[in-house]
Amino acid sequence: MVSPVILETGESQEPQRFDCRDAYAKALEQMAEQDARVCVVINDSLSSAKMKDFKAKYPSRFVNVGIAEQNMVGVGNGLANGGMIPYLCGASCFLTARAMEQVKVDLAYSKANVRICGMSSGMAYGQLGPTHHSIEDIAWTRILPNLTVIVPADDVETAAVMRYSLHHDGPIFIRISRIPVRRALGEDYEFRLGRAVKLREGTDITIITNGVLVVRALDAALLLEEQGKSVRVLNMSTIKPIDEEAILEAARTTRGVVTAEEGLAAGGLGGAVAEVLALRHPAPMRILGLQDVFAPTGSAEFLLEHFNLTATGMRDAALDLIGERK
Amino acid sequence: MSLEEKFEKLDDSKDKEQWLSRRANWIRLSAMTMTHHAKLGHTGGDLSSADILATLYLGRILNLNPEEPRWEQRDRFVMSKGHCSAAFYSTLASRGFFSVEQLKTFMDPLSMLNGHPDRNKLPGVEANTGPLGHGLPIAVGMALAARMRNETWRVFVLVGDGELQEGSNWEAAMCAQQYDLDNLIVIVDRNRIQQGDFTESTIRMEPLVDRWTAFGFAVKELDGHDHLALYQAFSSVPLEKGKPSCFIARTIKGRGVSFAENKPAWHHGVPTREQLEIAQRELGVEAAW
Repeated sequence: MVSPVILETGESQEPQRFDCRDAYAKALEQMAEQDARVCVVINDSLSSAKMKDFKAKYPSRFVNVGIAEQNMVGVGNGLANGGMIPYLCGASCFLTARAMEQVKVDLAYSKANVRICGMSSGMAYGQLGPTHHSIEDIAWTRILPNLTVIVPADDVETAAVMRYSLHHDGPIFIRISRIPVRRALGEDYEFRLGRAVKLREGTDITIITNGVLVVRALDAALLLEEQGKSVRVLNMSTIKPIDEEAILEAARTTRGVVTAEEGLAAGGLGGAVAEVLALRHPAPMRILGLQDVFAPTGSAEFLLEHFNLTATGMRDAALDLIGERK
Repeated sequence: MSLEEKFEKLDDSKDKEQWLSRRANWIRLSAMTMTHHAKLGHTGGDLSSADILATLYLGRILNLNPEEPRWEQRDRFVMSKGHCSAAFYSTLASRGFFSVEQLKTFMDPLSMLNGHPDRNKLPGVEANTGPLGHGLPIAVGMALAARMRNETWRVFVLVGDGELQEGSNWEAAMCAQQYDLDNLIVIVDRNRIQQGDFTESTIRMEPLVDRWTAFGFAVKELDGHDHLALYQAFSSVPLEKGKPSCFIARTIKGRGVSFAENKPAWHHGVPTREQLEIAQRELGVEAAW
């Protein structure tokens, strides 16, 4: 399918896509230069976490614990205790699932100043299969008290979140994709914790999403506009603490909310939005995501289409919500 | 004069040993009074670790300042066997991190003295422990931080022997070896009993010295109830330059109290009023508080 953005602008070339890992790695190097407390811990993930340059520049602030995620998270706690600001960088599936008790106790319960950079989250590992997918990480992390959870939309927001994280008090889980993504935000974008970013104003329906699905939601808004629907798009990059006011405003001023996430529909972004709405302002909703299944084999792009995590998928869910799906 | 200043003034090693022995028995009785009060706790391990804790804290091995618990250059101590919190809290109170009076609130509703230690509630606690196998990775991180910052603090971590069945310890041990962390000192409370049974009837821990040696540690086995041996051993770290140290402290679970010694049931047994009185007589301590 030709991108609606291209339809709109008449550009003949596909827009440039960016790997958020490049932005995060570059930001970390800059932060390490500014602040001697910044250090990195990897679990053999030198290339997958794009840390070769950091290691070369700051070898004394670089630790490779090997393939050992439980130790990795504990080491993070100890480094923070010793006055460092550690960034734990590795595949999200292992960092969360394998080390979940350490994330709970050593980071969340301990309120340790540690940042988890969960790479290649969601279904980014595509063909490698459900062992390497991290479709559960949002549900797991967002229920933990004290743990901040952020899912940047593109390379610009990834860099902004990294810069923000340096001054945050307490542990953070930052979910960083490896699926190349079009830029959704302007280069002057400043990240504000717990504030949804309204990327598009609209009055008929609201799409709330984050991560690599944000540009798809913008595309969906264009498709819906072709059908005369006015669509609000919220980039809910902070899942915890969630922007309750933006959600309530969406419920009050549009006819309903569609959420979309690159992961399980249960317990994630959609769940977080539903919790707010159920208690404070019940409103019609659709939650797009994986419905209690592991993904089949296929590339990340294929899987996003397979689970309707596309512009057309969001469009159809929106029309269904307002009873206008043909 | 503070307790540790009193210790410093003792010249004779015999005096030091007697003094530490009395302090350790006070910790034992205090811990038992706490578990009696709460009707919960882990008395057996409290009693096996009391001499190690007394030596580290009251024998002034650890470079600490109770007036400033988060003083940056302090030595770190991680109580990885966090279930033995009654002995640990009694030791911290004895060292002056908080009042002995507070020990009376052990596990009471809203008390700062959780069943397992919480660093955000209680001064002197470095790590939130309880689930086993967490302390050593944390200690490795603390030792790495000292390296990164060119600081000279040491990190002592007390682990249980059954605890070593958790694989995370061995992940951390490999890391300590890789980074030549000779500022890391592991002490194993080798009391040979875990919750359900003896360790060797559950998952064999022997040959424990060989295992730690194979993982790159300089290892020394010693009597975990011999204060002078503990004091001298902890005063001579690292055992080998460039290597993390490991002390296998041979201990007796329930040590010092006849009815509890070497009995798996006392892993989390708690004393009755009568048993507490017997313990008091056997430990030769007037009263904990």
